[in-house]
Amino acid sequence: MIVFFIVYKSLKQYAVSTLVSAVAIALAGGLLMAVWVMRQESNKTFTSVTGGFDAVLGARSSKLQLVLNAIFHLEDSPGNIGPADVEQAKNNPNIELALPIAVGDNFKGYRLIGTTEDLFDRVEYAPGKKYSFQSGGKRFTEGEKEAVVGSFAAKQLGLELGDTFHPFHGLQYDETKQHAETYRVVGIFEPTSTPADRVIWIPLQGIQKMSGHDPKAATDVSAVLIKLKQSNPMSGFQLDMLYNRRGNRLTFAWPIGSILAKLFDKIAWFDKILAFVSYLIVVVASASILASIYNSMNERRREIAILRALGARRITVFGAFVLESAAIAAIGMVFAFGIYTIIVIVASSIIREQTGVVINPAEFHPVMVVAPLGIVGLAALCGVFPAIKAYRTDVASSMAPQS
Amino acid sequence: MIEDSSTSYRATAVRNGAAVENFAVDLDRGLGNPPRLPEIMIKANVNLTAVLEIKQLRKSYRTPEGEVKPVVSIDEFELHAGAQLGLRGESGSGKTTFLNLIAGIVKPDGGSIALHGQEITSLSEGRRDRLRATVLGCVYQSFNLLQGYTCLENVLLAMAFGPGQEKAFATTLLERVGLSHRLSYYPRQLSVGQQQRVAVARALANRPKLVLADEPTGNLDPVHASETLTLLREACAEQGAALLLVSHDEGILSAFDNVADFRELNCIQYVKVL
Repeated sequence: MIVFFIVYKSLKQYAVSTLVSAVAIALAGGLLMAVWVMRQESNKTFTSVTGGFDAVLGARSSKLQLVLNAIFHLEDSPGNIGPADVEQAKNNPNIELALPIAVGDNFKGYRLIGTTEDLFDRVEYAPGKKYSFQSGGKRFTEGEKEAVVGSFAAKQLGLELGDTFHPFHGLQYDETKQHAETYRVVGIFEPTSTPADRVIWIPLQGIQKMSGHDPKAATDVSAVLIKLKQSNPMSGFQLDMLYNRRGNRLTFAWPIGSILAKLFDKIAWFDKILAFVSYLIVVVASASILASIYNSMNERRREIAILRALGARRITVFGAFVLESAAIAAIGMVFAFGIYTIIVIVASSIIREQTGVVINPAEFHPVMVVAPLGIVGLAALCGVFPAIKAYRTDVASSMAPQS
Repeated sequence: MIEDSSTSYRATAVRNGAAVENFAVDLDRGLGNPPRLPEIMIKANVNLTAVLEIKQLRKSYRTPEGEVKPVVSIDEFELHAGAQLGLRGESGSGKTTFLNLIAGIVKPDGGSIALHGQEITSLSEGRRDRLRATVLGCVYQSFNLLQGYTCLENVLLAMAFGPGQEKAFATTLLERVGLSHRLSYYPRQLSVGQQQRVAVARALANRPKLVLADEPTGNLDPVHASETLTLLREACAEQGAALLLVSHDEGILSAFDNVADFRELNCIQYVKVL
């Protein structure tokens, strides 16, 4: 088919504008696919992050705040709960495991979480997976000033086995608020791809009795992470009734996944804007193909006339322009996968840095087929406008000798 | 000026069918180039098929002021297969419109144009495009080569719209015009003379029956002009294509055995050209 040859020649002849338009399409298409995949994958991943727990019990506050604080290690703690409540939870027949945690200190921005040795023995951060140490590491001993560091935190802080550090007070790093205590790194966890990678674990009393902390609160904890008894399917409802409806001091955040899902629902408008913007960018990029071809029409008028004088039909010339526009988009979409890969790698590494959650960008998604097809189709549609102009080109006047 | 037919072999326009008996002699002497049609056939007036037959052709344009301005008004015009005619025409005389009418690029207001026996005024545009690709070759003053295509590709492209691409023949044509060493050159890498030679090769790409040349030497210096003209005439003759060349340059026209004046053609009753 001669029309393919004509298109090939035209793409080559106007190589610079072909390339510029293709890059615009690549950026737009890459962004569109990245936005789609990242929002779907992050939604899916975040709502499945539980740290191996079903619920969080904490001071009266929003459930979301409790989950973000205790599971994602992001928010402030809404307040403390006393030792009696912890004991009660531990003894509740509906509760399989109640793991108290205490927060309030950091080391260079990475949180210290005080907890018990149950962390090592009874917590499965993912089904069937317990925390394990990198070679040479061991668990902290309760009562000692020992620390076990999450893999990401260890890497970022440069902490190795045997290193010592002074914690800082508060959840935000403030170098003027250094504690006197010296902690020694006795273990580093293997990566878990959960928020736990970004924290430093120390014994519960370490936080509670850190110098400068209120001695009256020395037996309080920040929250209790709860694993429900699987044998009773109603256990969650019963605890919800107990703490949230009848009680008014504590909040029982359950189930963790649906609390995060509600957060995503609340910021769905942001999602929509992001999607809208990326659609818009695709339209602009497609329009830029239209503009660049349209702008070259005066230059090309003579070439069209020559083709027609040689015997090319109007429809051949028309088809060549539509095809050229589609071809530019197709070239762009090949590069778009490179742009997509860069964006998702950067975005997921930022998410990992901020939350410890690892999003798998290699996941196949239907948008990777739909977006290229849609964009090539859109570009072909944009090509119709210059194609109409080409179709209407008057051979006689366009061929008149140039002086 | 249509000259006296009895003395000059250039006198090719014949009024009202007079002096027809002289033409065989004229043809033999005048058309020094092939095809040398057997005299007897010409005398018998057999098999002398017209490659172009025009009757009552009318074309006018509407000026911006709304006036209708007649541009072409030719009652009868005929060009036989293999004939070569120089048509003297000043710029603005309507000669380009005349060629465009023959090429089927411009539609006439009235009359008939038969190209290689095919009446084109009643054809659809698509059929005219197709006929143009198969029967006609064109050479223009401004060459009109496609800048993004090499010499060979320019010739092959012309073939693509006609009977099909024949690389061997395209190469042969470019060899014939002396460009066998420039096959993969782009037009901008060639001199103007070379570019016009590519255009000559392209015009002959589909073994046309008629080559239309509109001031083909207008952009060339005199030496290249006469070289190109000779090449064009020889190549047309070799390929058996008739040649209709329009020019205002007497130097160019003087090379033709048969010359007609477009201004007279455009108003006289009957012109017959061999």
